[in-house]
Amino acid sequence: MSKNTNTGCEGCPQYIPDDVKRLGVDTGDADYVVALAGNPNTGKSTVFNTLTGLRQHTGNWPGKTVTRAEGAFIYDKKKYKLVDLPGTYSLLSTSEDEEVARNFILFGKPDVTVIVVDASRLERNLNLVLQILEITNKAVLCLNLVDEAKRNKIEIDERALARDLGIPVVPTSARFRKGIPELTKTISEVASGEIVCKPHRIKNMPEKIKNAVKKLSSELRKQFPGLPNSRWIAFRLLEGDKTIINALKKRELV
Amino acid sequence: MEKEPIDKILDLAEDLRWKIGDDFHDKLTEGIYADASEIVSNVTRSENSGGRSRLDTRIDRIVTSKTWGFPIMFFILAIVLWITIVGANYPSSLLSDLFLNTIRPFLKDMAVQINMPWWLSGFLIDGVYMAVAWVIAVMLPPMAIFFPLFTLLEDFGYLPRVAFNLDYLFKKSGAHGKQALTMSMGFGCNAAGVVATRIIDSPRERLIAIITNNFSLCNGRWPTQILIATIFLGAVVPQYLSGVVAVSAVIGIAVLGIAFMFFSSWLLSKTVLKGEVSTFNLELPPYRPPRFWKTIYTSIVDRTLIVLWRAVIFAAPAGAAIWLISNIDVGGQSIAGWLTEMFNPLGFLIGLNGVILLAYIVAIPANEIVIPTILMLTVMITGVAAGEGAGVMFELDSANETVEILRAGGWTLLTAVNLMLFSLLHNPCSTTIYTIYKETKSVKWTSIATLLPLILGFVVTFLVAQIWRIFTG
Repeated sequence: MSKNTNTGCEGCPQYIPDDVKRLGVDTGDADYVVALAGNPNTGKSTVFNTLTGLRQHTGNWPGKTVTRAEGAFIYDKKKYKLVDLPGTYSLLSTSEDEEVARNFILFGKPDVTVIVVDASRLERNLNLVLQILEITNKAVLCLNLVDEAKRNKIEIDERALARDLGIPVVPTSARFRKGIPELTKTISEVASGEIVCKPHRIKNMPEKIKNAVKKLSSELRKQFPGLPNSRWIAFRLLEGDKTIINALKKRELV
Repeated sequence: MEKEPIDKILDLAEDLRWKIGDDFHDKLTEGIYADASEIVSNVTRSENSGGRSRLDTRIDRIVTSKTWGFPIMFFILAIVLWITIVGANYPSSLLSDLFLNTIRPFLKDMAVQINMPWWLSGFLIDGVYMAVAWVIAVMLPPMAIFFPLFTLLEDFGYLPRVAFNLDYLFKKSGAHGKQALTMSMGFGCNAAGVVATRIIDSPRERLIAIITNNFSLCNGRWPTQILIATIFLGAVVPQYLSGVVAVSAVIGIAVLGIAFMFFSSWLLSKTVLKGEVSTFNLELPPYRPPRFWKTIYTSIVDRTLIVLWRAVIFAAPAGAAIWLISNIDVGGQSIAGWLTEMFNPLGFLIGLNGVILLAYIVAIPANEIVIPTILMLTVMITGVAAGEGAGVMFELDSANETVEILRAGGWTLLTAVNLMLFSLLHNPCSTTIYTIYKETKSVKWTSIATLLPLILGFVVTFLVAQIWRIFTG
């Protein structure tokens, strides 16, 4: 940030320059891969379009993005490839869109996963957030549609939320481009390791299951040191997920 | 034998799975919900504990009500169509004036000046240029009005309510409720609608949605419906009623398409695609005021221009083909003439004529050029003194002239009605057929999706023609 500026805004430490270069679909040789996940109808595609400068059609209906869309932007001399995953409510079922999203976060190993949530439907949206946080350590919560939440008289303490989830939380209103510079900055900080996340782990489980997961995941870590999501793999093994079993056999997860 | 470490882990997992019982999935889900609810109660404060705004709920109670849901749906569709029909007139005539009375003479003059041979200038200007100009003049204005209006409705959040209203009917016909969404997409473009069926998980229900998507009147066919309804059906009633009659006729065709969609979904699910209906959660998203200008801009750039470009790409070679079959003579008659004669008996049987059938074959790449092809071929066959000569597509200055030409080609009210029906019920365009193949990877289902509407089209137009002839003598 330049110090000898004349205008008040740029001199202020709160000022975040929006020096994002939007690259559209040119996704070659990216420094970082960023996945964009979230429930349907939370404005995920709008966030995607705003960041990449693309105009993937956005519409107010669930399930509009059926395949992965990719785009890119440059921020602070680093190139980010952004992958828009299909909107899902969960990652636990066998439907095609959930599989696409789950497999990308698990096997694509994105450097950052941005989870877009609808601020006025936080509780339902957290369902997916908590699952994603079991898979990846590097995530940013994009608390979107805050304007709408405010209109519905819902107040969210972003700091408390960030503390509980263990990841940065950025309030945005993507349709009006509010909060986007902050979002880009946070993405870059998580990608570069400047911000280290300590994601929330699911707590409310019967002792029996807790112990089983613990045992299995510590065994997994013994065999595959450096496995970041041994708990999630344990969940999937306890569910008998064939894809995960095969991936483990082929050592695709480490 | 030494066991692989991974097998040890898998054995352990198997073992643990026995121990924890088979309700693991449910317990995990419950745990996630419990965590989510704890966090939310920690961090949010809301004066409105329901989460949904009261206005949203109130609107939903009306637009998804048993009594008002359907009337409101048809009313909104009628308004959109009415604005499209009325609003497209003026820019359409402006554009055709520009293309035909300004640019075309200019191109012709240039061709003469550089001594271009007649067949080449005919092929390029009368064939390729005219087809492209026609498509732009006729398609651009209605699309530039229809698509933004549709997108505004979509952004506002109305479409999921349509899905909600129709869900019961889909269930009854053995199809997936999400098919309502893919069907709505089909009103813009069937190829897009077919791709959108990926949101349906069950392969059986997805195939039903793919095969029946063609019953959604696509953008390439709206102009045909609108034009024919305006100049034929609108003309049989007093002037002050003609707009209403034309709009109702077009809506009637669109609704008939939806009826056929339900009927064939039901037929498929009772015969070749038997199975259970799967349940799903349909979220009614909050209403969001659309960002007016941005929506207008993106829907014009993304949808209108892309669809227009596709039409132009297909229209250019089709224009060339039309010019060629009209200007290459075999045995004293043009190829088009022979083909028309050949199709005439079949055409008569189903209340159409040989020209229309030939036009539908030439226009497989793009439904948009059906009407210009029909006009051009009719002029050529009847020798009416209008237009520009053999194989030249043209725009007519007034609706009256169009009617004159078509009447000279033997058109009656029956022809107009059956053309509208046939435009609804015939094979999908080549792009859609190719998309269906790409999505299903099956020649069998692609053929069924292609032939089913065509067969229905022949049956329906045949029946209408026979009944019509009995009653009108």
